[in-house]
Amino acid sequence: MSSILPPSTRVWWNQPLDRVEGTWIAIALIWCLAMFFMMPYWHIFGKQNLSNEAYRVTAEAYGKKTQEMVDKFTVRTETELKVPVVRPPAGGDVYLIARMWQWWPILELEKGQAYRLHLSSMDYMHSFSLQPENLNIQVVPGYEGVYTITPTRAGKYSVVCNEFCGIGHHTMVSNLYVVEKGQGRTGDDGAKDKVERKNERGEK
Amino acid sequence: MANAATYRICPDTGLQFHKSAETLMKVNAVAAVLCLLAGGILALVVTLTRWPAVHLLPADMFYLALTAHGIDMLIFWIIFFEMAILYFCSSTLLRCRLATPRMAWLGFALMVIGAITTNTAVFQGGSSVMMTSYAPMPAAPHFYLGLILFAVGALIGCFIFLGTLVVARAEKTYEGSIPLVTFGALTACIIAIFTIASGAIILIPTFLWSIGYIHQIDALMYKTIWWAFGHSSQQINVAAHVAVWYAIAAIVFGAKPMSEKVSRGAFLLYIFFLQLASAHHVLTDPGISSEWKIFNTSYAMYLAVLASMVHGLTVPGSIEVAQREKGFNRGLFEWIRKAPWGNPVFSGMFISLIGFGFLGGISGVMMGTEQLNLIIHNTVYVPGHFHATVVVGTTLAFMSLTYFLIPTLFRREMIMPGLAKWQPYLFGIGMSLFAVFMMGAGTLGVARRHWDMAFTGAAMPYEYPGTAYLMMGLMALAGLAAIVGGGIYLLITVGSLLWGRKLDAKDSYGTKVVPHRLPMVAAAIQGHGGIGLAGFAAPGTFVFAMVFLVSFVLYYFVNWKYLSQIWLLG
Repeated sequence: MSSILPPSTRVWWNQPLDRVEGTWIAIALIWCLAMFFMMPYWHIFGKQNLSNEAYRVTAEAYGKKTQEMVDKFTVRTETELKVPVVRPPAGGDVYLIARMWQWWPILELEKGQAYRLHLSSMDYMHSFSLQPENLNIQVVPGYEGVYTITPTRAGKYSVVCNEFCGIGHHTMVSNLYVVEKGQGRTGDDGAKDKVERKNERGEK
Repeated sequence: MANAATYRICPDTGLQFHKSAETLMKVNAVAAVLCLLAGGILALVVTLTRWPAVHLLPADMFYLALTAHGIDMLIFWIIFFEMAILYFCSSTLLRCRLATPRMAWLGFALMVIGAITTNTAVFQGGSSVMMTSYAPMPAAPHFYLGLILFAVGALIGCFIFLGTLVVARAEKTYEGSIPLVTFGALTACIIAIFTIASGAIILIPTFLWSIGYIHQIDALMYKTIWWAFGHSSQQINVAAHVAVWYAIAAIVFGAKPMSEKVSRGAFLLYIFFLQLASAHHVLTDPGISSEWKIFNTSYAMYLAVLASMVHGLTVPGSIEVAQREKGFNRGLFEWIRKAPWGNPVFSGMFISLIGFGFLGGISGVMMGTEQLNLIIHNTVYVPGHFHATVVVGTTLAFMSLTYFLIPTLFRREMIMPGLAKWQPYLFGIGMSLFAVFMMGAGTLGVARRHWDMAFTGAAMPYEYPGTAYLMMGLMALAGLAAIVGGGIYLLITVGSLLWGRKLDAKDSYGTKVVPHRLPMVAAAIQGHGGIGLAGFAAPGTFVFAMVFLVSFVLYYFVNWKYLSQIWLLG
């Protein structure tokens, strides 16, 4: 009789479909399939897809690779903590470390250039949240994700951590710069020239 | 055991309650409401902290409160209530005794001990790891132990439900097939068993890791398997609250399914595909292939979404048909205008249905799309989505059912019926707006589970746009309205149980079972002749469904448009 009673006939599966139900099921099924095929479609024709390139990595090995990049391509430092700002060559590998509660180092990229961005965590789960672009990627300890990333607008960006990572989670935020192709540096103390920077590093 | 069982027939509804089952339903419902009370107080302080203008708690207390809020609401409140629903849908709806009530008490005791243990761990301060407790961030061992005990207790409840179905069939307390609502509860039970097994697979090793027997827990493995527990437990809720929708349509309107085959088929799709949703949580994680993500995040080509879209039509459709058959057959919408909007059992259920579909459903499918997840992942959009599904959807549906259970199960007259009339509107609309403003803030990049959107103390703070602050402020106001609504619910339920007038003083239990019998002459199978418009039995519902579809399509593609404008990623 009603939905809380057993069906009023023993053989209920012979009841014909109502026209409302039949029509809706057909429409909904088509929509579901359209949504499903959007995902492979975007992998072929879209320009925002996560790559499947990832490696298992230890914190030590990943830290070493990042340090090598920092040693080669640091252009200046920022804040009292002297966080290095790194400007790696376009098209190259860029490493970013997530750890409690810091992104390290600060990256400076060129607009319109593709970079191979590596992300890994030294301790707990973190999440790379690029603002105001609002592009979000999970960062997992023990795994190194590699994503080809191409900035499309110049300016100063922030990298926020948006995976809970402990009491200092809200202080885990860093800068990221995108400069016009072939242009000089931006940032707080971007006016220093190459010689000065070399001296600065030599002193440390 | 069977001989000792005693029953009473509810004089208002004709439902038959087995005394042992009745007591178990009561204690589970009461435990659920107490968890809701605890979770509600925590909701208040969490909301007031995320309101930038108030920023109530210090960071450590905020993360503690948020962890406890998530666990008390998402796990304890809902699963205790679901145990009551499972016993109701088996023993009461099938008019039979509950299988092994003593084991059910054991299950209940384990759940209570588990809930207390985990809450103790959280409030001791060493386990502010959020509900998800992602390894390798450690919680105290008894944090995991409590969850394991609770899960074992819930598993016992599931098997008692299945056992009761066997008892009903063996003792022939009904003829033919089980009712649709019981079938929905069976769906919830099957998904629950899958869910609890996944929880055991990951929480037991994590517990061993926390006491030092296991050296390491892989972070990605933990997250992937944990969500087979964490998301699937929300799918138990979906199956359970859809069953509750059908039950309320039947209770208030005498509605029967438009067709048994379609509604049951949709539940079957849930069983096959709904639990694949654990993929939604690892869409931006490294080390998992796109093929795996696409197949699983789409619940196997969205067949479980199809099921929800079917229920979204057939639940109001069954109400429309019932109303039209009663004579409200004019035009497209007379049936809904003449619905009992002052009855909280109905109004709560209908707001739950609309909010779950339009807010929770559309946002969930959008952000569960592999690439679209990139612009949503871990922003406050995510809790916006699941407050629309779990709070507007599940919690409000359970609240509406409570208004029916107070007189039928607890045999008390509800106190303050005038206030109860307004409760679903205040709670449902407040919570819907809360979810919408969270989603708005999320699209502006505000992080979830984050103490301070102003980044106090950070060396290089980011400044969110003013609109984001406005959204978070509005979210808090809407959240406060919903909390008041939740408080009224608690006041009415607890107050009715304590001070409500008793409906029948004398004990009227007997040992007689009145089974369900099919009509002697089988009714001819027929469609819904003579009602509706243009051959559609439920044309009004169809119009609603088309409005839903258009909103869905537009919102879905607007987000692809947003995605296409961000940095290139390959």
